[in-house]
Amino acid sequence: MATTPLLAMVRKDLQLFFSDRRAVIMSFAVPIAIASFFGSIFSGTNRNEPARISVAIVDQDDSPISRLVLGGAEADKNLRVSTSTVDEARDLVKRGKISVGVVIPKGFGERAGQAFFGNGEKPPLDVLYDPSRNIEVAMVRGIMTEHIMQAVSREMFGGEQGRVLVQKALPEIEASKMPDDQKKALVDMLKSVNSFYSRPGAGADANRGPRGITMPYTVNEQAVTSGENVAYNGYAHSFAGMGIQFLLFAAANLGIEILLERQRGLWRRLRSAPVSRITLLGGKMASMTIVCLMTLLVSFTFAIVVFGVRVQGSLLGFLGISLACSIMAASFGLLIAALGKTPAATRGVTTLAVLMMVMLGGAWVPTFVFPQWLQQLTIIVPARWAVDGLDAMTWRGIGVSGAVVPVAVLLGFALLFWGIAMSRFRWEEA
Amino acid sequence: MLNVNGLRKTFGTLVAVDDVTFAVAPGELLGLLGPNGAGKTTTVSMIAGLLRPDRGDVLVGGSRLERDTDPVKRRIGLVPQDLALYDELTARDNLRFFGALYDLAGSALDKAIATALELVELGDRARDKVKTFSGGMKRRLNLAAGLLHDPDILLLDEPTVGVDPQSRNAIFDNLETLKRRGKALLYTTHYMEEAERLADRIVVIDHGRVIANDSLSGLQALAGVGAGERATLESVFLTLTGRSLRD
Repeated sequence: MATTPLLAMVRKDLQLFFSDRRAVIMSFAVPIAIASFFGSIFSGTNRNEPARISVAIVDQDDSPISRLVLGGAEADKNLRVSTSTVDEARDLVKRGKISVGVVIPKGFGERAGQAFFGNGEKPPLDVLYDPSRNIEVAMVRGIMTEHIMQAVSREMFGGEQGRVLVQKALPEIEASKMPDDQKKALVDMLKSVNSFYSRPGAGADANRGPRGITMPYTVNEQAVTSGENVAYNGYAHSFAGMGIQFLLFAAANLGIEILLERQRGLWRRLRSAPVSRITLLGGKMASMTIVCLMTLLVSFTFAIVVFGVRVQGSLLGFLGISLACSIMAASFGLLIAALGKTPAATRGVTTLAVLMMVMLGGAWVPTFVFPQWLQQLTIIVPARWAVDGLDAMTWRGIGVSGAVVPVAVLLGFALLFWGIAMSRFRWEEA
Repeated sequence: MLNVNGLRKTFGTLVAVDDVTFAVAPGELLGLLGPNGAGKTTTVSMIAGLLRPDRGDVLVGGSRLERDTDPVKRRIGLVPQDLALYDELTARDNLRFFGALYDLAGSALDKAIATALELVELGDRARDKVKTFSGGMKRRLNLAAGLLHDPDILLLDEPTVGVDPQSRNAIFDNLETLKRRGKALLYTTHYMEEAERLADRIVVIDHGRVIANDSLSGLQALAGVGAGERATLESVFLTLTGRSLRD
């Protein structure tokens, strides 16, 4: 391969790139701005505290049990609870101000107490929810279950309402058509409870009051990052994702530039020179790779300096993935130039292709939110290997071994794209 | 210097060029004329190595033009119909790039750039971006880019489209200079007066085939112009190719 023409092509493409202010901004400033935004969302304001879910609770019952439920919810670190009327709660959900409204209806405490021992109809708990926030609804459902079970059992085993309900339940059970052996067992248990109530200070812990049923375990959560006491930095993922996205956009633009060059007759001049096809596309590939690598490294340098992102794994692996990713993106740009017809038509299709690629690659949201079949499918998306690889080298803190497979796969994609581009490129200039 | 022998090129069922044969000698300017779609640009593209002919060959100084990297290509300079220049680069950077494609580097490249810019009288604008140039200046720079590597043969595909009379005249002067330097020039144009002024011989091509190949006076005789009359090239051209529109 002749080096003088090759170097001239690289130099010329870089000159053109840096002379285009729009291209430079799109490649460097925009990914930093968007990644910073996404990073701030995913990192939260305080990394040690979870984001609270806003819930409105409507207590129409105002019973000891409903008040215990409300108190438990208010004390929960996962919820931000407000109280309101049903109409207010519905309006807040409708406007998207809160994700869930919980209505504790009149008589809920009494009926829940009866149902607790299986001899009454279960009372409904009305839940008003925003269908666009299903994940939060599921979380609230679980949290409310915990507080209701705790409140009902606590009241049933030690509260005044429980005492009344047990005394009321005994004759009802005696009169029921329950099988005798079951009836006896239940009556014996309730009598024991009744006798428990008769003791002075029954059921009450000297210091903490009656406890009822509680969660029989505590959770010791440990974020698995690159090491102990190393907090997860959401900016690492967002800069990887946005870096890949804009690197692909940069490569796509350079591919479209080739189409524009053809439209302006420049390829007639290039092809009339005694330069091989490999030199021509190799020069393009080299300049695109340099631009892509700069895009990625500038973004990450910003993230390191401003947001404290660190390459916790292997620096060599990080650079290897960055380079492989840039080569893959450059070959993607060539593929666009080879398959595209006109610049305008190609731009639209390319934008869609890049967005699909980065979306499926987990650049916007992690791939675990996808259905299982889609998660499997995304292994054919190069952006996924790039994002996963950069995550591995940054906040996951995996060593150079974690870079081997992503680098190999990305270079494999690059080879595939290059091969298709070489075979499909329109070499003849009529 | 340039021998074109029996060139043929088809695109699907369309026969764009069929059995085109002509030669251009050193110091000669051959005008290649033809209506729209006659096959002029396809012929030039095959000579420049941009298109592979289905049949026939192109000989440059007796050597056949074959591969992309054929050294014979260094003896050919192409001035395309489009302004094949990078607007965002300076004139000098454009020429630096195009010169490097022919392996020119260092002082040899600097000298070639200076010579080419001097010829087209753009030496004082070397450091200006091409986007600041007028149409005529761009045309002259387009010509300079084809001359950088000092080719023996220059292929000029409608090199004066859209330029003012002053720039056109300057380009004509440049071409006269190149002729005097012994370059073989192949010149396609729609402007008959340009061919009349510049061409030593004229090849008329229509429907992909050469229908005339002679000097202006020879063509006038071929077209059967009456005794004592001096027909213009345009009337000769219309006599040879007909008056039907070729859109």
